[in-house]
Amino acid sequence: MRPKDRLGLDGEAVASVHLERQGMRILDRRWRCAHGELDIVAEDRGTTVFVEVKTRRGLAYGHPFEAITEAKVRRLRLLAGLWLEARGRRGPIRMDAVGVLARREGAWRVEHLRGIA
Amino acid sequence: MSGFGRAGSVALQGLVGVPVQIEVHSAPGLPRVHVVGLPDRAVQQAQHRTWSAIARAGLEAPSGKVVINLTPASLPKAGTHFDLAMAIAVLRATGAVPADDGMTALLGELGLDGRLRPVAGTLPLARAAAAGGASRLVVPSASVDEASLVEGLRVQGAASLAHAAALLGAELDPEPVDAVEGPPPVERAHADLDLADVVGNREALDALEAAAAGAHHLLMIGPPGAGKTMLAMRLPGILPPMPTAAALEVASLRSLSGEPVPSTLETLPPFEHPHHSATAVSLIGGGSGVIRPGAAARATNGVLFLDEAPEFPRAVLDMLRQPLESGTITIHRAAGVASFPARFQLLLAANPCPCGRFGSGDCGCPPQQRRRYMARLSGPLLDRVDLQVRVDRVAPGLDEGPRRSSAEVAARVAEARGRATHRLAGTGWTAMGHVPGPWLRRHVPLERTILELLETAVQRGALTMRGMDRALRVAWTLADLDAVASPTRAHIGRALAFRKGIPA
Repeated sequence: MRPKDRLGLDGEAVASVHLERQGMRILDRRWRCAHGELDIVAEDRGTTVFVEVKTRRGLAYGHPFEAITEAKVRRLRLLAGLWLEARGRRGPIRMDAVGVLARREGAWRVEHLRGIA
Repeated sequence: MSGFGRAGSVALQGLVGVPVQIEVHSAPGLPRVHVVGLPDRAVQQAQHRTWSAIARAGLEAPSGKVVINLTPASLPKAGTHFDLAMAIAVLRATGAVPADDGMTALLGELGLDGRLRPVAGTLPLARAAAAGGASRLVVPSASVDEASLVEGLRVQGAASLAHAAALLGAELDPEPVDAVEGPPPVERAHADLDLADVVGNREALDALEAAAAGAHHLLMIGPPGAGKTMLAMRLPGILPPMPTAAALEVASLRSLSGEPVPSTLETLPPFEHPHHSATAVSLIGGGSGVIRPGAAARATNGVLFLDEAPEFPRAVLDMLRQPLESGTITIHRAAGVASFPARFQLLLAANPCPCGRFGSGDCGCPPQQRRRYMARLSGPLLDRVDLQVRVDRVAPGLDEGPRRSSAEVAARVAEARGRATHRLAGTGWTAMGHVPGPWLRRHVPLERTILELLETAVQRGALTMRGMDRALRVAWTLADLDAVASPTRAHIGRALAFRKGIPA
């Protein structure tokens, strides 16, 4: 596995822990289909939450959130619909973004944006 | 964290300005910048310049969602001069710069290096800011002289965004930078030209003097090389210098065209000489996005010289009828409506025929072609030309008599204008060339015996009523130049002579 993929996986794990601490229940991780991949699907008091996780080693290439473009948000919406269909789940949904910044000594900084789209 | 910031600037439509408030709201969310309030492309792109400049200033831009609103939101905004106000409003939203005092306007384009660049139209923008109630103006360093021409405005220059932020109360120590310089000053080709350079051509000189004294439009007809252009370029030098209000208007129009404006107002009337390949837009003004003044507007309070006038496309020449009638040009575009002043003195030069030799050599043009050539100057345009004169080549060695210097002619012109202004006090006109015929006939009637000269010409069919009015105006100007109370028979006679050949 390439270091950047390793970092991504670690970031997603950190994000999951963060979400669970917020009282959310993880329903799915790394769900893939022909159109792409959902990082995390969670449940927050009855609302299905689709979470895009961006992990960065530093701010040299900008804030992690800056990498979430309009096109990525559109794909997130499409995948959300496909996931709901595949799982036969209904009810309110929400899109969140989690930015994970990896520090050198194993410390992580997590930022969580609710309702990005 | 959410924040709010505000900064003042100005939008221009023609020479008229509207105060613009720039509001910035930053809120948590994905990093996006939305510019709203009918921005054009240049204003849209300001966000990239702004964010880079803020980083160069060592400050931080908000990281979440940012909405930049330019109010009034219904007015189209164009140009790069909003950059500074946008950047400062953003820095106020983050708290780096203290809140707006409501009395300060900001102007300037930002470079990616954070330096401020001067913008076209600084003078009219500054005037609009003052008219809109601002008492303080922050501009790029190179624009301080220009903006300082406006009274009642405290003008401060800043070399960079950091400097501007510090001026507005931010706690930072701006790095010294070299200020961006403005464009180099424009040399006026018609400055320092003297009428004494002109050899012979007494009649043409008389006509030019009368044109200057009465602000009459003038048509010069003569073969190539007779000195028509030479005469034309010397007209501004014998016109009365522009008063402050007119000079400010001229400087504002030049500023809009992107010319730098020096700290002392130029009082020499402008001289515009568009080439005959000119398009309607270059003559009248226009353009997409920002509407810029054309040659006719830039000639305001001065001279518009059309050399080889019959070579201009007829449609372009006829565009001049609106400004000649009303003294203003109104341009309608999708981006809005702009009005420019266009009170110019029209100076036309034409060859007598396509080959130019008619009347002074072996002209090969058939009469029909000759007639068609002159007919390209449309009736309605020539209707407004009070004076017509023939300019001939001067034979070498000809004893030309004493020459006239610009200074002595200017003195006579100023005195004649003084008499005319006195006569026209309270009417709004300042020269006899502006006065319509009916007013002349009603308010300053001439003695019967003198008027008869004109009336018989009308009865004979040699003159139309309109032609008579033109002759009357010129006669008054000739009388003013001779410092007599009203035109004599001789003045009427000379006025008629100045009109020969104009289709009546």
